[in-house]
Amino acid sequence: MDALIAQLQRQFRDYTISLYQQGFLDDQFTELKKLQDDGSPDFVAEVLTLFFEDCVKLISNMARALDKTTGAVDFSQVGASVHQLKGSSSSVGAKRVKALCVSFKEYCEAKNYEGCVRCLQQVDIEYKALKTKLQDMFNLEKQIIQAGGIVPQVDIN
Amino acid sequence: MEKSGFSPVGLRVLVVDDDPTWLKILEKMLKKCSYEVTTCGLAREALRLLRERKDGYDIVISDVNMPDMDGFKLLEHVGLELDLPVIMMSVDGETSRVMKGVQHGACDYLLKPIRMKELKIIWQHVLRKKLQEVRDIEGCGYEGGADWITRYDEAHFLGGGEDVSFGKKRKDFDFEKKLLQDESDPSSSSSKKARVVWSFELHQKFVNAVNQIGCDHKAGPKKILDLMNVPWLTRENVASHLQKYRLYLSRLEKGKELKCYSGGVKNADSSPKDVEVNSGYQSPGRSSYVFSGGNSLIQKATEIDPKPLASASLSDLNTDVIMPPKTKKTRIGFDPPISSSAFDSLLPWNDVPEVLESKPVLYENSFLQQQPLPSQSSYVANSAPSLMEEEMKPPYETPAGGSSVNADEFLMPQDKIPTVTLQDLDPSAMKLQEFNTEAILRSLNWELPESHHSVSLDTDLDLTWLQGERFLANTGLQFQDYSSSPSLLSELPAHLNWYGNERLPDPDEYSFMVDQGLFIS
Repeated sequence: MDALIAQLQRQFRDYTISLYQQGFLDDQFTELKKLQDDGSPDFVAEVLTLFFEDCVKLISNMARALDKTTGAVDFSQVGASVHQLKGSSSSVGAKRVKALCVSFKEYCEAKNYEGCVRCLQQVDIEYKALKTKLQDMFNLEKQIIQAGGIVPQVDIN
Repeated sequence: MEKSGFSPVGLRVLVVDDDPTWLKILEKMLKKCSYEVTTCGLAREALRLLRERKDGYDIVISDVNMPDMDGFKLLEHVGLELDLPVIMMSVDGETSRVMKGVQHGACDYLLKPIRMKELKIIWQHVLRKKLQEVRDIEGCGYEGGADWITRYDEAHFLGGGEDVSFGKKRKDFDFEKKLLQDESDPSSSSSKKARVVWSFELHQKFVNAVNQIGCDHKAGPKKILDLMNVPWLTRENVASHLQKYRLYLSRLEKGKELKCYSGGVKNADSSPKDVEVNSGYQSPGRSSYVFSGGNSLIQKATEIDPKPLASASLSDLNTDVIMPPKTKKTRIGFDPPISSSAFDSLLPWNDVPEVLESKPVLYENSFLQQQPLPSQSSYVANSAPSLMEEEMKPPYETPAGGSSVNADEFLMPQDKIPTVTLQDLDPSAMKLQEFNTEAILRSLNWELPESHHSVSLDTDLDLTWLQGERFLANTGLQFQDYSSSPSLLSELPAHLNWYGNERLPDPDEYSFMVDQGLFIS
C-alpha cells in the first residue's frame, strides 16, 4: 500500500508541476492552495467551481454579443465580458485563459469580428482543457487519500 | 479615539465585487488577516449597507468595474458621504485607470491578482484617516489642538524621525496655522464633535453656497456656512469639508498635469505584480507625495507600526490648504510597496500550514462531479505519464481542406481572408460580409451536432494524449498550437447555432475521437 501511495504521490507531484510548466496555471493557483485550511478543506474546489460556472456564463454572453443575426455586433459588450473573464481567470491562476483574454480584448477594441470569433472559440477550448486537467489533478488527490496517504504540497519554484 | 489602542484585528471591511470568484477569495484572505468581512456583489447594495450602518465599517474595498454602477462613482459617494477610506481593485493596471482612481479619492489601487501582503496592511489607511479626523475636529483652533497633536505624534509615532520631510512638515504646519488664523474664530474650544455625514443634499447646499460666493479661492468657511443656513452645522465642519472639496476640484483640473509624473506605473499585463500602486490618496485625496514619504520611512524604520504613517499624515494637512497653483509632486506608486514584514512582527499571523494534511476531502461539488467516467480507481502507472506528455504535440489536427486558421493568422491582427472587413460594417457590403463570415465560421466548425453532447466534450480533449509514447515533463507548449484546429469543440448553447447543424469536415478525425472514447482518469 505504501508503494502505491508513494507512486500516486509522485504522479500527483509530476502532474501538478507539468500544469505549471505548460502554462495552464500560474502562482495565483499556488496562493489559492495556501488559503485552503482545516476550516475550509474544499476551498480550492469551491472556488474553481465558481470560476468554471462564470466561464460558461461569460462565454455565452460573448457568443450572444457576437451574434450578427440579432443586429450589429456590440464590441464594447463583448469587451466587457472579456474583461470580466480576465478578472475571473486571474483569480484562480488560469494563465492561458487570462492570456487569451488579453488578445481577445485587443480584437474587441479593434472591432475585429473574425479575431473575436476565433478568440471566443479559443477561450472555450482553453477553459475546458483546464477544467479537465484540474479534474485529473483532483482525482489523483482523491486516490492518494483513499489509499491512506497525504496529498503532498508541491513546490513550484 | 484611542490611538494607542488601535488594532487591525477586527477591522470591519466591506468588499464589493461583481466577480463571485474574487469575492470568495477576498473574503477568505481578509478573514485570514483577522478582519471582519462583509461581502457584496453590487455597488448599490454596498451603498445601502453603508448608509444603513453609518459607523458599521472601517474601510471599503471595491472593484472598478461593476455592472450596476461605476466603481469610481461608488468611490465618490463613499468618500463624500461617509468619509471612509476606499481601496480600488482591478485586473487592469492601465495608468489612466489608476489615475482616475486616485483622482476620485481612492486611498489605494490594487491590481488583481491581489496578494495577502497587500491586504495585511490596509489597516494603515483607516488609522491615517482617524488621525486626520482628529485634526479636523480639533478645528481651526490650532494653537491648542494642533500643537498637542504634533507633540503627541512626535512622542508616540515619530520616534527618531529620520525622515527629511519631517522638517518640512513643521514648517508647513506653521504656515497653515497662520493661514487659518486669519479666518478662525477666537474661540478655540474644540470639544469633540460627532462626525458630520455629508449627504448629497448637504453637499449640494455647500456647493451652491460656494458657487454663489464665486471664486472658491475666496470662499471662506464662515461665508459658506452663513449662506448654507444649516443651523446645526459648524464652521469647523464646513472648513474641513471645504478642504476636501478644494482638493477634489484641483485634482480634477490637474488631471493632465498629473500624467507627467506617472511614468513609473507599468502596464499590468506585462507585470501585474509591479503595478501595485500605493498612491496613498485619501478620500477625497491627500497627495501621494505624502504617502511616498511614509513609504520610505517604513522601509528605513527598524521599528514597525504607525509611526511612519503618522508622519505621512501630518504633512497631509499642509498640502490641503495650499491651493492648486502648487503642483504636488505626485509620485504615483513609484515606491516599493509597504513591506509586509513590518506588519508581521506586529501580529501573530496564523500562516497556512505547509503540508496539506489528510482530511476528508469532499469531491461532491459540481465542478468535480462532472468527471464523467467510472474508471477513476484504475489510475494505472502509465496513465499519468500519458496524460502529461501529450502536451508536447499540438492536439488538434487541421482538418484537411478546411480554411481553418493556423497559428500565425491567429496572432496577426490583420486577417488573411480578404473578404472579411475588419472595421466598419458598411451596410451595403454587410450582406456579402456576413455570407463570407458565415462560410468562415462554418469551416471553423463553430458548432457541433447535438449528438456529440453525449460523449462529454470535456474528455475528448484528452484522447489525443494516447498517441504519445513518452512521458515528458514539458517545458511550455506554445499555446499557438491550440489554434491550429478549433474544430474539436464548441459546446455552445443550441440557440447559438445560427449556422445550422453542421458536421465536422473531417469525419475521420471525429470518429477517431469517439472510438478512443474514454480517457483514463
